[in-house]
Amino acid sequence: MILRVDRLQLSRGARAVLRGVSFSADRGELIALMGLSGGGKTTILRAIAALEAFDSGAIEVDGVALEPRGATPRARLRELRRRVGMVFQMHYLFEHLSATDNITLAPLHVAHVTRGDAEKRAGELLQSLGVGHRRNAFPRELSGGEAQRVAIARAMAMDPPLLLMDEPTASLDPARRHELGETLVELTRGGRTLIVTTHDDDFARDFATRVVILAEGEIVEEGNPREVLTNPQHAATRALLQGVQ
Amino acid sequence: MKRRVLVSAFCILHSAFAFASANAPFRWGGDSEGGAPFVEADPNNPAIVRGFDVEVAEEIAKGLGRRAEFVQVTFTAIDQSVERGDFEIGMSGVEDTPPRRGAHATTIPYFEFHEVLTVRAEDRNRYRTFADLRGHKVGTLAGTIAYDKLLEAQSEYGIEVVSYDDDVHPYTDVRQGRLDAVLLDNIIAARSERRVAGLYTQPVPVTTGHYIGVLAKKNTALRDQVNEILKARMRDGTLERIYRKWGIWDSYQPAFFSGILGGGLSGAPAPSPARTGGGAGAPQRTHTQLIISYIPSLLKASIVTIVLSCAAMALAVFCGILIASGRVYGGAITRLLLTSYVEIVRGTPVLLQLFVLYYGLASVIRLPAFVAALLGLGLNYAAYKSEIYRGALEAVPRGQLEAARTLGFTERQIFSLVRGPQAFRLALAPMTNDFVALLKDSSLVSVLTVVELTKQTSIFATNIGNWAIPGALCAALYLVLSLPLSRLARNLEEKWRAASE
Repeated sequence: MILRVDRLQLSRGARAVLRGVSFSADRGELIALMGLSGGGKTTILRAIAALEAFDSGAIEVDGVALEPRGATPRARLRELRRRVGMVFQMHYLFEHLSATDNITLAPLHVAHVTRGDAEKRAGELLQSLGVGHRRNAFPRELSGGEAQRVAIARAMAMDPPLLLMDEPTASLDPARRHELGETLVELTRGGRTLIVTTHDDDFARDFATRVVILAEGEIVEEGNPREVLTNPQHAATRALLQGVQ
Repeated sequence: MKRRVLVSAFCILHSAFAFASANAPFRWGGDSEGGAPFVEADPNNPAIVRGFDVEVAEEIAKGLGRRAEFVQVTFTAIDQSVERGDFEIGMSGVEDTPPRRGAHATTIPYFEFHEVLTVRAEDRNRYRTFADLRGHKVGTLAGTIAYDKLLEAQSEYGIEVVSYDDDVHPYTDVRQGRLDAVLLDNIIAARSERRVAGLYTQPVPVTTGHYIGVLAKKNTALRDQVNEILKARMRDGTLERIYRKWGIWDSYQPAFFSGILGGGLSGAPAPSPARTGGGAGAPQRTHTQLIISYIPSLLKASIVTIVLSCAAMALAVFCGILIASGRVYGGAITRLLLTSYVEIVRGTPVLLQLFVLYYGLASVIRLPAFVAALLGLGLNYAAYKSEIYRGALEAVPRGQLEAARTLGFTERQIFSLVRGPQAFRLALAPMTNDFVALLKDSSLVSVLTVVELTKQTSIFATNIGNWAIPGALCAALYLVLSLPLSRLARNLEEKWRAASE
């Protein structure tokens, strides 16, 4: 087991965003987190990436536990960051750096590998993600799909065993979604775990090993995507499927 | 009947106008900042002025059958102001110089003064003459005979000349050790000895000069009338009475008066000890020669301007970044302190800040003029710059900072690798504007005795009695300094934009 989330509660002001969420992920899984907007999908990713403090419950990644209310000691936080990568919906590439420099920045300054090694690895990543020809481009020159691939390469450069992706399918046309799905499956080879939030049930059905359905801060259903999405048990899952179709 | 009413109304109006012009007030200009005994605001009624110049002006007005009306004017602007017609005659310690005689209509001299050296009482035997002051700092009022005299002594004796905008601070600065001597009119020296304890004025005059009235060049008719009135008042003892009243009658005046009345020193430019200074008895320099002689000092002053601006800019950038980072990253107390600093600095005039740094803190720390100027400008601009940087830091998307956090960067690395570089690019255009503004604002430091480009120009203009040529030269020099800067910054901006497009 790489990730364990146990009875996670998180509120913003008076509003409870997560009301006791528990789930876990094994190595090599590709989990699709689904649910209507505002259901808490992105918040779970942000809590796991330690970008947002939670009120109670537990998060543990590969044996490294986060403490509630942002009380995690700095050294442990560093350990966690090494294990969790994140790709944002808006990508948030560093605007002042080329694609290659975006990817090598963390290896150079956090992992302290040599520039030669960092650049070689960046080149390989860009190549394998199909954007090798864009290595010298700056973020504002990239299309949405290209920027997404550079952002994935940036996260992958630190080789995290757990990769979180927020809405990667949102701005892609169906053909591109399929390409992305195959790329993500490729990333799970060798035991990496991916947790992906998405609204796209076809995508979940075709590529996820498991689907987790969230509604109003709680997990209402989870299991094999084909089963859950073909024969939904919960009203929220049915609403989700109708909304999408 | 109707017509008769109209005619008589017209007559009344007409005579009213005639009366008004015959009795229009006699407007005379002077600087009440010059203070006693020249012109000062009456302590009992600050709305009116008093002093020997005031009384001489009143005697002239009386002689013209008109009422004297005082017009306040900055000392260094008296010549320009009288040509513009702001008043009819300027007279508050106005010196008799060849350029002034050439450019304006000037009266006969009405008072003889001497340029004297004032030193610390304990140095009275050490610094008697210019030769004793080799390598030392001597101050005076800019744009005066004394200033010209010191410039000659600078090359001849290796004296360091420090120019002031007023005649009070040179004396306090001698007492505080910023200067070793002051060269100024004996009247001013005597007054300062009374005000500042521990000063001593050397009895042997360095040179002699005269006070005159200055009128617009075309106004020779009035000038001739004024001359007759002045002579009459010398003859009948009125001037002596006024000078005695103000404690400035001395043994030199009787000989001076009889010289004037005998025609020796009247209207036409006559040699006086003051003027032999202009090149050791050399013939008067032509206008062109005079202008050329000022060009090296203008170039030198522009070096002061550019060195000061660059150093102040560097300081402002450094402190601005510190302040901005403190306000973005700091705790509540840090933020409060820095915000207060920014608001206080932005909310008060930079001139006031310069005065406080240089004169206000003099009892605590005696900053050299250049250092005070550098600190004043640098710390002032730091407040403005910090606002630019703060805005730029906050303009970098938060998402990028979070992305950097998930990659494992420390907050410090995020600042130096991600946030800072992008903020700097955003801040570059407003920074360029600021630098050009700073270059021009550097002229304010002349109040701290730093002779930079604008100050040197104003000294130049005062001495040749004309602003047109010095003004054009000065403007050209500022443009030569600022245009390459703007261009350089624009190139950098374009380079970075090209790199990120």
